[in-house]
Amino acid sequence: MHHSIDVRHLSFSYPDGHPALEDVSFRIAPGEKVALVGPNGAGKSTLLLHLNGILSGQGELIICGHTLSEATLGPIRAAVGMVFQDPDDQLFSPTVLEDVAFGPIYMGLSESQIRLRVTTALGSVGMSGQESRVSHHLSNGEKKRVAIASVLAMQPEVLVLDEPTAGLDPRGRRNLIRLLRDLPQTMLVSSHDLQMVAELLPRTILLDRGRVFADGSTAALLADPDLLEAHGLEAL
Amino acid sequence: MHVHYLDPHRSLESPVHALDGRVKFILTVAFILTASLTPYAAWPVYILLLATIMSVEILSRLGIGYVQRRASLALPFVLAALPLVFSLEGTNLFTMRLGSWTATASLEGLEHFFSVGLKSWLSIQAGIVLTSSTSFPDLLQAMRAVRLPRLLVAMFGLMWRYLFVLADEAVRLIRARAARSGRPAPSAGGAGPRPMPRLAWRAAVAGGMAGNLFLRAFDRSDRIYGAMLSRGYDGEVRSLPNSPLSLSGWLSLAGGLALLAFLLGLGALFGS
Repeated sequence: MHHSIDVRHLSFSYPDGHPALEDVSFRIAPGEKVALVGPNGAGKSTLLLHLNGILSGQGELIICGHTLSEATLGPIRAAVGMVFQDPDDQLFSPTVLEDVAFGPIYMGLSESQIRLRVTTALGSVGMSGQESRVSHHLSNGEKKRVAIASVLAMQPEVLVLDEPTAGLDPRGRRNLIRLLRDLPQTMLVSSHDLQMVAELLPRTILLDRGRVFADGSTAALLADPDLLEAHGLEAL
Repeated sequence: MHVHYLDPHRSLESPVHALDGRVKFILTVAFILTASLTPYAAWPVYILLLATIMSVEILSRLGIGYVQRRASLALPFVLAALPLVFSLEGTNLFTMRLGSWTATASLEGLEHFFSVGLKSWLSIQAGIVLTSSTSFPDLLQAMRAVRLPRLLVAMFGLMWRYLFVLADEAVRLIRARAARSGRPAPSAGGAGPRPMPRLAWRAAVAGGMAGNLFLRAFDRSDRIYGAMLSRGYDGEVRSLPNSPLSLSGWLSLAGGLALLAFLLGLGALFGS
């Protein structure tokens, strides 16, 4: 059986030569829920953008059994649902229906399948019947939910979320945590919200200055205040 | 805080609002074409066109006053047609002398000027009724239905979607500037407050803000493109197919087009 995510010796430098990732390796098994933590500028978002080929560095990435290359971009992007930090970046269509249908349309599904996927995805994030709403009239919490629905409609094997609780009020944050807890997909979640990490994600990868400094149980990592402090994080 | 007032759509219950966006879009384009193609000085036809659009304004419950207030914003552009009064030959009305330059106004020129003004006014009203009674997503659907290039329609959609996001960002920038534009109160010693900053300085600040907004928009466009790619975008614009037009939609379309064709024919009789 393949791993959902298998990253081997990944390195990446930005065009100005600044190294963002250095020899990053880890594996995530199907169904595993993993946190990616680290200070600002650690390379978390850069790493996430490699998982469906938006950025490409040196090294090997095997995603859901496909080795990442130009030829496998289609199946990999269908298998990895990427939820961006700012929902306004993700919800680029005029209405909720068009946004959630975007992925299924590009997967080449029939109209009836697309509509079924939209209904199911919106139902699973508690936004049933909101298809005709205009994206910029949604609250921030609703935008996050629709952004997640827009990737769930593709029925991905892996969900990759970048700072999912950023900008949410306590109720919106709590609702989102409940929603993520109930989703069966393999999950890699980049976050500064260590309380959410402790509640939701049993394994944590600590990234700093583009390198993996720790990879293990969340409970063990959060119980090491020296390690957290050394990498710009704060113990709970 | 979100900027919503830029959206001209007014959600009301009316037969015009209930009409299919595709029918409204086609009839509006046809109305504007009819107004444009009606010959100069076909005054009875202009009156009929005005009666038609005002009836629609009343039927839409937008109200004539609302539409006229919005239409008045565009009227100064009609002044661009003012040279017609002096450039067409015909029955002389009066002559103006400005130094060595002489301009003679003609009756035909005046008729052309008023015709252009009326045509513009009628067309603007039709546009206002369309955008006020139809949501932008429905307008985009109508544009796709009449086979406008998909890429162009997608660009309209993205522009509309992000206009509000950019306006929000601009408002935040302006507030941040205002929050840091405090001026100390005059001291007890008698030194008065500093004079207002020079216009050039304020223009430089505004320019910096515009540049900042552009850079933010540029960054955002990169992130949006990444979000599109990650959901399978391959450079070709695709969308859900349009639902078929209902019988009442077809009847409204046929009735509207027949009326406009009749008015155009009438214009050929009255026009000069």
